Amino acid sequence: MLNFTKIKIISIYFIFFLLTSFAILNFFSNEESLFNKKVNLGLDLQGGSYLLLEIDTKPLIKERLQDKVIQIKKYLKNNDFKFDSFEINENSINFNLKDDVENRFQKLFFSTKNNNINQYIDQYRTHQFDLLIENNNYTIYFSKYGLLTLNNAAVKQSIEIVRRRIDDLGTKEPTIIQRGEKRIVVELPGLKDPSRIKNLLGKTAQLNFRLVTDEENDFGSEKMISENGEEVIVNKKIIMSGENLVDAQPRLDNQSNKPMVSFTLDRYGAQKFGKVTTNNVGKRLAIVLDNKIISAPVIREAITGGSGTISGNFTFQDVTDLALLLRSGALPTPINIVEERTVGPDLGKDSIISGAISLVIGFLLVVLYMFYKYRLFGLIANVSLISNLSMLIGVLTILEATLTLPGIAGIILTVGMAVDANVLIFERIKEELKTEKSVIHAFDMGYSRAKITVLDANLTTLLATVILFFFGSGPVKGFAVTLGIGIVTTLFSAYFIARHLTSFYVLRNKESIKL
Amino acid sequence: MKYNFNFINYFKKFNYLSLILVSISLTFIIFKGLNYGIDFKGGTLIEIRLENKDIKVSDIRESLKRINLGDINVKNFGEESDFLIKIEKKLNNNETLITEIKETLDKDLNEEVNYRRVESVGPKVSAELLKSGIISIGLALLMMLFYIWFRFEWQFSLGSIIALFHDVIVTLGVFSILSIEINLSIVAAVLTIVGYSMNDTVVIYDRIRENLSKYNKLEINLIANLSVNETLSRTLITSVTTLLALFSIFILGGEILKGFSFAMIMGVIIGTYSSIFVASPVLKYLKVSYKTLEKKEEKIVP
Repeated sequence: MLNFTKIKIISIYFIFFLLTSFAILNFFSNEESLFNKKVNLGLDLQGGSYLLLEIDTKPLIKERLQDKVIQIKKYLKNNDFKFDSFEINENSINFNLKDDVENRFQKLFFSTKNNNINQYIDQYRTHQFDLLIENNNYTIYFSKYGLLTLNNAAVKQSIEIVRRRIDDLGTKEPTIIQRGEKRIVVELPGLKDPSRIKNLLGKTAQLNFRLVTDEENDFGSEKMISENGEEVIVNKKIIMSGENLVDAQPRLDNQSNKPMVSFTLDRYGAQKFGKVTTNNVGKRLAIVLDNKIISAPVIREAITGGSGTISGNFTFQDVTDLALLLRSGALPTPINIVEERTVGPDLGKDSIISGAISLVIGFLLVVLYMFYKYRLFGLIANVSLISNLSMLIGVLTILEATLTLPGIAGIILTVGMAVDANVLIFERIKEELKTEKSVIHAFDMGYSRAKITVLDANLTTLLATVILFFFGSGPVKGFAVTLGIGIVTTLFSAYFIARHLTSFYVLRNKESIKL
Repeated sequence: MKYNFNFINYFKKFNYLSLILVSISLTFIIFKGLNYGIDFKGGTLIEIRLENKDIKVSDIRESLKRINLGDINVKNFGEESDFLIKIEKKLNNNETLITEIKETLDKDLNEEVNYRRVESVGPKVSAELLKSGIISIGLALLMMLFYIWFRFEWQFSLGSIIALFHDVIVTLGVFSILSIEINLSIVAAVLTIVGYSMNDTVVIYDRIRENLSKYNKLEINLIANLSVNETLSRTLITSVTTLLALFSIFILGGEILKGFSFAMIMGVIIGTYSSIFVASPVLKYLKVSYKTLEKKEEKIVP
């Protein structure tokens, strides 16, 4: 095990220098360089905010079922089904069908071609809805994949809206990614107080314009409280919704000097808005945001220019936020903040300093102890430890891994445990030296006999870190990454670098070796 | 250094000691329970630093009592004017809670408080984190079991798992007795302990296996004793270097890593103890002898 071919030596040191040079890259900031790679600092070290959002699909499911009602009723009529007791529940639509039409309905409901009522999802080879029939009572509900499709679309759209809202605030380098089925991770480096963002994300911002009415109509109406506490009856028919908005800006009213939001509509919106305002001059228009009236002005004249204003009891902050929400669009469904972690910049700095100090001290203690225990071979173990560390940082740099405080702890722990491989080998060599006359042979045997033990011992720790990587969350993942990579670089430095240095020394000083 | 302790005389006594330790730990874990942090229980944690050195824990508590927060826990954290506030109240929607707390504190303490850390975990997420924590530790134990089974014989696999359970239970027992908070980083520590303790056990088992085939007339207890002695020097040196690194984190690494490094220190000590005094003697009860190895060879070469 002490013989190295030239190619082997060259490749060992090539790998070492390559990784080390990547490690050194961290200390230079060269934006233009081809290898502009760096270890990123986690939010716990650089300060910032982490938010975990979860979309609530319940309202969306109900909404979609509601949308389906008219369509289903029409469909039943068109196909000569006689129905009664039609109702919508949280998750399903229920109705009774007269006569024995079970088979006919099923056939139609689950047809795979041009099925408008129950869309066929090619991707999952299944329909959007499932059907349950009990004694002429029919229940229509979302199938498993129907729900999944609904859910995925909602998450994707939510991510887009969340991104627009956050970008609009001008936060630096936000990360917004999906996690799992229903969750969105938002990372905002450098943000000290996420309360404004939380506030903005907490609103779905579904805006619609509806007429205030006294008359009965097909769509029904509902009682709502206006912005000044007055009870008004609002038509359920939506004239126009926020989707038709192309821009919204905070403004100050020229006359009253009160803050307001001015908005611009797209062509379709402008046409519709123009038509409705022309036909309803003198009536009141309710501007409804998330089912609350924010303003219900009287239509004084037709608005055909495709732009308008919303004024009410607003502060300037209110209109700024409202304009931002309207610009970025509505969330398809409400979002809850289920986890929040914010670290201030000074704590991050303190953590870096204390992490670095404990790394240096821990390193020195281990190095001194190894030198005390093994003298010259301790030095070899220490050289291998240093190269181990620089390779570890090099690999982290290449992967552009995120360094967290637990990650630093992982590096320090690597320092403590990395020497184990060399200790195992040196102890084995000592034993071999007792029975073996030839020094070189003893070293050779020591290395080869300890090999399996070293491998076994390190693989067990590696297994634990792999599990930690897959199940751990946030900063803890950083720990698994550094410790795991640390084990690999440890094996490399013990079995290649330290072994080569040992062989280099042993082969030249055959007579005077003491361990 | 050459060691020649006669561990056999102590094996039995230490077996009783281990049994007692495990029973005490289990009793505490079951009856006193573990002190879960907000990661696993849900709630809000706020770390603040104040300019005014005269403000005491009681002032902060008084201030927070004015808003209805339910169970609150305020304590000094590291430096004199650093405080940690823990609020157990579980809110599904905490959008305004933290703002409200901040406003109240700023007003009552009469200064612009430096909020160093704010963490809030909802009940659903905390339940999931606890679940994945338990699963990951369980999975780690299972993988170790199979790894040793694959590399050694089943008796060794069982022996090492007994030692691992011993380590995990006693470490958690100490946490229960001392009411130390269990959070995500403690789970990381326990997993690392599992890896470390396994590492130690594997080294000794490797030697036991080697000695079993070398001295096939000796009974397992003597072999275990010999193997433990032969590897003792390595066991101690590695424990020392690991502990040096860990103490460095514990003392200098700041408050956030205190719990983690303490758990690791405990774990390294318990893990080292268990590989000598649990994993090795337990092989006798599992009736390991040189025949155990032979059987395997027969199987391979029929």
